Amino acid sequence: MSSTLTGRRAPKLWWNLLGLLVFATAGFPLYWMLDTAFKPAEDAIDPDPSLLPTGITFANFGRALDIADFWGPVGRSLVVSLAVVVIGMAVGLLAALAISRYAFRGRKIVIVGILAVQMVPLVAMIIPVFLLLNDLGQYDRLTGLIITYLTFVLPFTVWTLRGFIVNIPKELEEAAMVDGCSRTGAFLRVVFPLLAPGMVATSVYGFIQAWNEYLYALMLLSQRNQTATVWLGNFTTKHGTEYAPMMAGATMMAVPIVALFLLVQRKMAAGLTAGAVKG
Amino acid sequence: MSAADTTTPAKVPPPRQAPPPPPADRRPRERRTPGGAAVPWLLLAPCLLVLAAVMGYPLARLVTLSFQRFGQSQLWGFQPAETVGFDNFAKVLGDGVFWAVVLRTLVFAAGAVVLTMVIGMALALLLQRVSGWLKVLINIVLVASWGMPVIVATTVFKWLFDSDYGVFNALLSKLPGVEMTGHNWFASGPEGLAVIMLLVVWGAVPFVVITLSAGLTQVPRELEEAARLDGAGSWGVFRYVTLPVLKPVIVMLTTLSVIWDMGVFPQVFVMRGGHPEPEFQVLNTYSYDRAFVVNDYAQGSAIALITVLLLLGVVAVYMRQMLKIGEVE
Repeated sequence: MSSTLTGRRAPKLWWNLLGLLVFATAGFPLYWMLDTAFKPAEDAIDPDPSLLPTGITFANFGRALDIADFWGPVGRSLVVSLAVVVIGMAVGLLAALAISRYAFRGRKIVIVGILAVQMVPLVAMIIPVFLLLNDLGQYDRLTGLIITYLTFVLPFTVWTLRGFIVNIPKELEEAAMVDGCSRTGAFLRVVFPLLAPGMVATSVYGFIQAWNEYLYALMLLSQRNQTATVWLGNFTTKHGTEYAPMMAGATMMAVPIVALFLLVQRKMAAGLTAGAVKG
Repeated sequence: MSAADTTTPAKVPPPRQAPPPPPADRRPRERRTPGGAAVPWLLLAPCLLVLAAVMGYPLARLVTLSFQRFGQSQLWGFQPAETVGFDNFAKVLGDGVFWAVVLRTLVFAAGAVVLTMVIGMALALLLQRVSGWLKVLINIVLVASWGMPVIVATTVFKWLFDSDYGVFNALLSKLPGVEMTGHNWFASGPEGLAVIMLLVVWGAVPFVVITLSAGLTQVPRELEEAARLDGAGSWGVFRYVTLPVLKPVIVMLTTLSVIWDMGVFPQVFVMRGGHPEPEFQVLNTYSYDRAFVVNDYAQGSAIALITVLLLLGVVAVYMRQMLKIGEVE
């Protein structure tokens, strides 16, 4: 036993070295973004840049906030994403309940339909959605964007919530109903508390998706009403692209989202692929 | 135990076969719907309504648009849109530029998918072999890069590959005999697309690694041991034990990657400052270009529709896999 362990130690060293290399390579873009963001601006345009931090300054963040209004786009992104999540969760939860807890004719078709909608490439839809909102007078309105984002987030929300619901044994609900709960009561008192963590994870994921969307935000809103992603995508100044402030802007946009993502990732990954191997 | 083994496979199929012919009057099995069949549809109604309004209608409009003449004057309502039959498709399909775009998109997507899957698989296997602390570190980096908003990742790569101050050129120039200072990666289409491919792969690998890692934990140890005892080397174990067990996951990841990589848009769009040059156009940016730059909304729709049709086969495979998973639950 111990001999096989020591026998494995030598190759393990090599695997670890390889692993460190992977760690450094995969993490480099992230590192370089942070490094540039906190670097004095003149060090950022050094043709022979130092790989290690050269000093910490917040000047780039100030500059990024100066170049164009930052909080306006962030506020709009927040409004849109939160609205999408709240409405999406309410509507999605009802639908997920229907397809996971009720047997009814047409259930399978609904499931296939929702999955199919998820597969429609969104970029292909931009032309008709643009024309539709244009006709409805919703161009350059946040409501138009919110409704559009709902369709991106809904199929995914329904499918994931459904996954979480089917993992809650029906017997728990039935026991509550035997004990005199109404169906709604059984859901609110038994299923809902068990579902809450899954709902939080799904909400956060939906929030991230809405927050990160670029093309529709670019096309459906004018420059005046741009969202955070468009703000970053258009980050140029009279003097061309100033990379250090741009990386500061990128950092401000990425850090909250990455943090949220780190929180929910495990739960979501499980929901996305549950049962994939067993099948 | 053997009795249980023989009864379960025999028992499972029949109940699934049973539902199709349910006499409308007799449904004691479906006591789950006390309010009648209306309840689930009521629950579904808001969801279906939204999807129909913002997905169904535009999808139908996409189809009708691609059979019409629809330009600037139709957008402003000066002229009604007239139906022109297959004109748009004929124009698109008869255009050499379109075929160049299709070929470029296919090569790009194929390259990105293969790289993503191979690197993802290699990393998942590597993660099994490194020490625990390193595994945690790599996982954090992977999840953080997975969570990076695409636009942020794109701007970061733009900076990494900047011709004058980009760190990539500086690092390459450090190699003996290589002088890359001031090299413009986006001067030529293939080189620029290679950079964009790297960006796409960097963003896509974490999901693949994490999903495959989860799958790898489900590969039975005994099977690997048995294969090894039977004389299989590492490759043999991988080829004949690991791969077959992971096949459903791999099919799902590959189809998803194909769908995502054929649909790449913001990476190209933002990398080229909102105006991709002709040698950077892929199907989606080309459709966008036709519609919103040339103002030929009909032709843009026709191209989008062709893209959807191209993907249909892959989507079918993915959906079958998802439905299978759904049934297992």
